[in-house]
Amino acid sequence: MSDRTVDSTATPIVKMEKLNKNFGSLHVLKDVDLSVTPGEVVVIIGASGSGKSTLIRCINGLEEFQSGSLEVDGRRLEPDGRASKALQQIRTEVGMVFQQFNLFPHLTVRDNVTLAPRKVRNASTAEARRTADRLLDRVGIANQAEKYPSQLSGGQQQRVALARALAMEPRLMLFDEPTSALDPEMIGEVLDAMRELAREGMTMVIVTHEMTFAREVADRVIYIHQGEIVEEGAPEQVFDDPQHERTQSFLSRVLTH
Amino acid sequence: MDSNFDFNWEAAFQSIPYLLKGIPFTLMISFGGLAIGFVIGMIFGLMRLSRAGWLRWPAIAYIEIFRGTPVLVQVLFIFYGLPQLLGGPINAVVAGIAAIAVNSGAYISEIVRGGVQSIERGQREAGLSLGLSRTQTFRYIIWPQGFRRMIPSLGNQGIISIKDTSLFAVIGVGELVRQGQIYIATTFRALEVYLMVALLYLAITLTLSLLLRLLERKGLVGQ
Ligand SMILES: Nc1ncnc2c1ncn2[C@@H]1O[C@H](COP(=O)(O)OP(=O)(O)OP(=O)(O)O)[C@@H](O)[C@H]1O
Ligand SMILES: [Mg+2]
Repeated sequence: MSDRTVDSTATPIVKMEKLNKNFGSLHVLKDVDLSVTPGEVVVIIGASGSGKSTLIRCINGLEEFQSGSLEVDGRRLEPDGRASKALQQIRTEVGMVFQQFNLFPHLTVRDNVTLAPRKVRNASTAEARRTADRLLDRVGIANQAEKYPSQLSGGQQQRVALARALAMEPRLMLFDEPTSALDPEMIGEVLDAMRELAREGMTMVIVTHEMTFAREVADRVIYIHQGEIVEEGAPEQVFDDPQHERTQSFLSRVLTH
Repeated sequence: MDSNFDFNWEAAFQSIPYLLKGIPFTLMISFGGLAIGFVIGMIFGLMRLSRAGWLRWPAIAYIEIFRGTPVLVQVLFIFYGLPQLLGGPINAVVAGIAAIAVNSGAYISEIVRGGVQSIERGQREAGLSLGLSRTQTFRYIIWPQGFRRMIPSLGNQGIISIKDTSLFAVIGVGELVRQGQIYIATTFRALEVYLMVALLYLAITLTLSLLLRLLERKGLVGQ
C-alpha cells in the first residue's frame, strides 16, 4: 500500500525454511519457505485443502511441524512441538483471528478483551479495561462492551475478536479466513477494520478468499497448491500476470464469480 | 363391603417426627459423599482426558470398577470387608459417605470428561493463541463453560446418590429407611410409614431439582 513502507532489509519476524508438516500419512506442507518482514502484509491464497490454515497455524504453534526450521519474533520453534517455553512467548507476541471468531461465550465483550492482558501481561483491571474500551471504540463497538458475544452480530463478534487479539499488543497478526463465516453484508465492516490495521503498519499474514481486498491490502501474495508455494509476488504480478498454470486456473475460477 | 383398604392417616403423621431424625443422616451421607465424589470426579475426569497413558489408564480402571459394581456391594465391602484389612471397625456413616464418594466419583468423572470434551476446540485455540498457558486456558475458558454444561448431569447424579443412601439401612446407619424400618417394627404400619419415607425422599430430591433449575437459568446468560 502506498502510504506504508516495508523495510525488506529488516530482520524478518517470521522465518520459515523447508517446513514440512504431516497429518499421519498426509503430507500437508512440503518444504515451505516463508519470510515475513515487519510491517509487511502477506496474503495467502489457494484452494480448499491446500494447506493455508495449517501453514499459518504453524506460525503460532497451533499445529506442530515435523521438519524444517521456524523462527518467530527471534524465537525458535522446534519440530514436534518441543520447547514449549518459546512457544508461549511467541503466542503473546502473535495475535490470531479465526474464521469462527472463537469468542469466549461465558464472558462479556469487555472481559473477552481484558482476560489475556490481565492474566498474561499482569495488567491491572483498570488498565486492561482502559485498553479494551479504547480498542472496542476503534473497531466500532464501544457501546456493546457489557453484552455477551451471542448478543452481537457476526461482524461485530469478529471485530471483538480483533480487539481481543490487539489488546495483547501483538507484533504480528494472523488471520485465517476472517470473513468466511460472515453474512455478505457484514464482510465489509471487518475488512475495513483490517485495512485500518494495515494502514497503521501492523505486520499481517492473512488467509482469505476476498481477492479484491487481497489486491488492495497485500504487499505480497502467496499462492499455495497442495502444500507447496507455487507462486508469490506483488499483488499486481500474481493477479494480473500469474506465471504458473496452476495459479492461472485457480484465479480464473475464483475471479469469475 | 369389607374393604381391605385400611390407611391410617394418623399413623402416617405420627411417624413423621421419628422419620425426620433420619434426614440428617441421609443428607450428611449424600452430600458429604457427593462433595468428595465431585473432587474425585474432577481429578479422575481430567486424568481420563490426559494424553499420558499412566494418568489415563488408572482413571479408566477406577471408573469401570466403581461404575460396574453395585453401590450396595461397595458399602458392604467397605463396612464389613475393609475392617478386616485395617484391623479396626469403620463407623457406618463414614462407610456410607465413602461408598457414595467412590461410586458417584466414578460417574462424575465421566460427566466431567463429557463436559470438558463438549467445549469446541476453537475455545482452547483462542486461549492459547492469546498467550494464556494451558492451565490458564483450562481454568478461565474451558472449565467455566464445561461446568455449566455439566450442571444437569451433576444434578441427576446427586438425585441418584441421595436415593442410593437408602440402601445403607443394611449397615445400620440411622438414615430415612432405617428409621422407617425401626418404626414399623413397633407399629406394624408399613404402608403408611413407607409412603411417608417415599414422600420425604421426594421432598429432598424435588428441592434439589428446583435449586438446579435456578442455577441453570442463571448460568444461561452469555451462552
Ligand atoms: N487435524 C487434522 N487432521 C488430519 N488432517 C487434517 C487436519 N487438519 C487439516 N487436515 C488436512 O490437511 C489438509 C490441509 O488443510 P487446511 O485446513 O490447512 O487447508 P486450507 O487450505 O486451510 O483449506 P480451507 O480453504 O478449506 O480452509 C487438508 O487435506 C485437510 O483435510
Ligand atoms: Mg482453512
